[in-house]
Amino acid sequence: MTDLTRKTADELAQSLAAGDVSSVEVTQALVDRIGAVDGEIHAYLHVDAEGALASAADVDARRAKGEQLSYLAGVPIAVKDVLATKGVPTTCGSKILEGWIPPYDATVTARIKAAGLPILGKTNMDEFAMGSSTEHSAYGPTRNPWDTTRIPGGSGGGSAAAVAAFEAPLAIGTDTGGSIRQPGALTGTVGVKPTYGGVSRYGLVAMASSLDQAGPVTRTVLDAALLHELIAGHDPMDSTSIPDAVPPVVAAARRADVQGLRIGIVKELGGEGFQPGVQTRFDEAVALLTAAGAEVVEVSIPSLEYALGAYYLVMPSEASSNLAKFDAMRYGVRVPPAGVDDPSAEQVMASSREAGFGDEVKRRIILGTYALSSGYYDAYYGSAQKVRTILSRDFAKAFADVDVLVSPTSPTTAYPLGEKLDDPLAMYLGDVATIPANLVGIPGLSLPVGLADEDGLPVGLQFLAPQKADDRLYNAAAALERMLEEKWGGALLSRAPELEVAR
Amino acid sequence: MSEPVTGISRDDVVHLAGLARIDLSEAELDHLAAELPAILDHVASVQQAAGDDVPAMSHPVPVDNVFREDVVRPSLAPEEALAAAPASDQQRFLVPKILGED
Repeated sequence: MTDLTRKTADELAQSLAAGDVSSVEVTQALVDRIGAVDGEIHAYLHVDAEGALASAADVDARRAKGEQLSYLAGVPIAVKDVLATKGVPTTCGSKILEGWIPPYDATVTARIKAAGLPILGKTNMDEFAMGSSTEHSAYGPTRNPWDTTRIPGGSGGGSAAAVAAFEAPLAIGTDTGGSIRQPGALTGTVGVKPTYGGVSRYGLVAMASSLDQAGPVTRTVLDAALLHELIAGHDPMDSTSIPDAVPPVVAAARRADVQGLRIGIVKELGGEGFQPGVQTRFDEAVALLTAAGAEVVEVSIPSLEYALGAYYLVMPSEASSNLAKFDAMRYGVRVPPAGVDDPSAEQVMASSREAGFGDEVKRRIILGTYALSSGYYDAYYGSAQKVRTILSRDFAKAFADVDVLVSPTSPTTAYPLGEKLDDPLAMYLGDVATIPANLVGIPGLSLPVGLADEDGLPVGLQFLAPQKADDRLYNAAAALERMLEEKWGGALLSRAPELEVAR
Repeated sequence: MSEPVTGISRDDVVHLAGLARIDLSEAELDHLAAELPAILDHVASVQQAAGDDVPAMSHPVPVDNVFREDVVRPSLAPEEALAAAPASDQQRFLVPKILGED
């Protein structure tokens, strides 16, 4: 039998439905794989083997009774540690939440459980999703399965690495400025940021509420669509959740036809500043789309020049506000100040936040506090909000002419661990292509399109579509995926190096 | 990197850390006082992007105030809500003194 850990979620779903394999067998195979390779990768912060196997056994029993189950029932999944999981530790990669066990489930988690997907564990991430490399986790970095001396991307490096290292067929990530798509590109996986409000944020520990969005991390476009459909949809617990019907993403992924589709290449997101090997794979992928009957034109979005600046004002401003709740009073660690008798609540708050937060989180809270402070608010936060308006108008203009937009997902392939740790500006630049979608709330998908010639590391191509038109991403990406796999003679991840397996 | 033009001093960082309720070590203050001007310098370009005629957009989708029916629903039991508290007493969060300073 084929190695169960290498099967896609769709293949597993079919095998489970046909009775060829049980969910317990699949889950056990993945738990064993995690045990064998996660010492090297560190994709997981917490593995819940017992819980996953119990849930798998439950699904197997229900299937045996002939119960009608969801399509993905029994297919295991990993969840980024920023989503609340009842009874299972949730730390957001931070010391301030060390040992916290949520008394409730996030809506995404609840929907996954209701559909019968065993949750393998919680994946590593930059602290409170702040970072582009997963080196800012308080529990140590995740390593890229393609080259373990390199970053997996961030902040969802754990979810992407788990999927790329065959430690989970499916994972949930969250994307505030590219944290699903950028690690997707750097690990050769498919990462999708749905339309803002398309997936509930209830129980997702907020970094920047107007930008955060949960979405799928998978090995194929169809798998992403299947997971997207399962977690999406209106949630009365989230006041920004879109009440509309979920776009038909699974049907779109199965259609996979770009004949007559109008595709715009975003002029500002490519060329100078983009690694040559990234640009080459991108250009080749566009040529494939053209050959398949898509009409490709160049599109300019002039206000993109200001997007990075606007993001690095809006995001820390909202983060400084959201993270004010970590005050050591009701949950989280409480660290009294040293050498103070009978300290006040305010002093305990300040010393606890000093001890509990890492450098990047402190940096962003201070930056956000500055941008929101009296006298600077209009110049910084106010101006950034205006940039969102201009950017939104520019995107609307572009989408009047084309159905989808494309760019490389990340300007470079994965860089060595530690390389940009002391240079926040350099790290921030890595998100230049993904950030605009978060500012304007449109959906984005990153698809692996090959390996860069200079370093043999994965390259991602990003598709963007108008708000609520997520299905267009799946259609175009599935078509390109099919052509690429034909060209390669299989999936890109099958070319990833074998990992050192611990005995 | 070009010379930062944004004025933000070490004393400003001390003040901001106070507002944000984070004790920062001397080393952290030095570090941030050096880094923040460079970051702010980089993002300051947003001020040139738009004139007064452009409305600010706080959210990617129009957000209305959402009201739900005022009905009693199940919620966490007191012991569940208190389970993660650093300290609790008699079904209440136990916190350090909040009054009596000055």
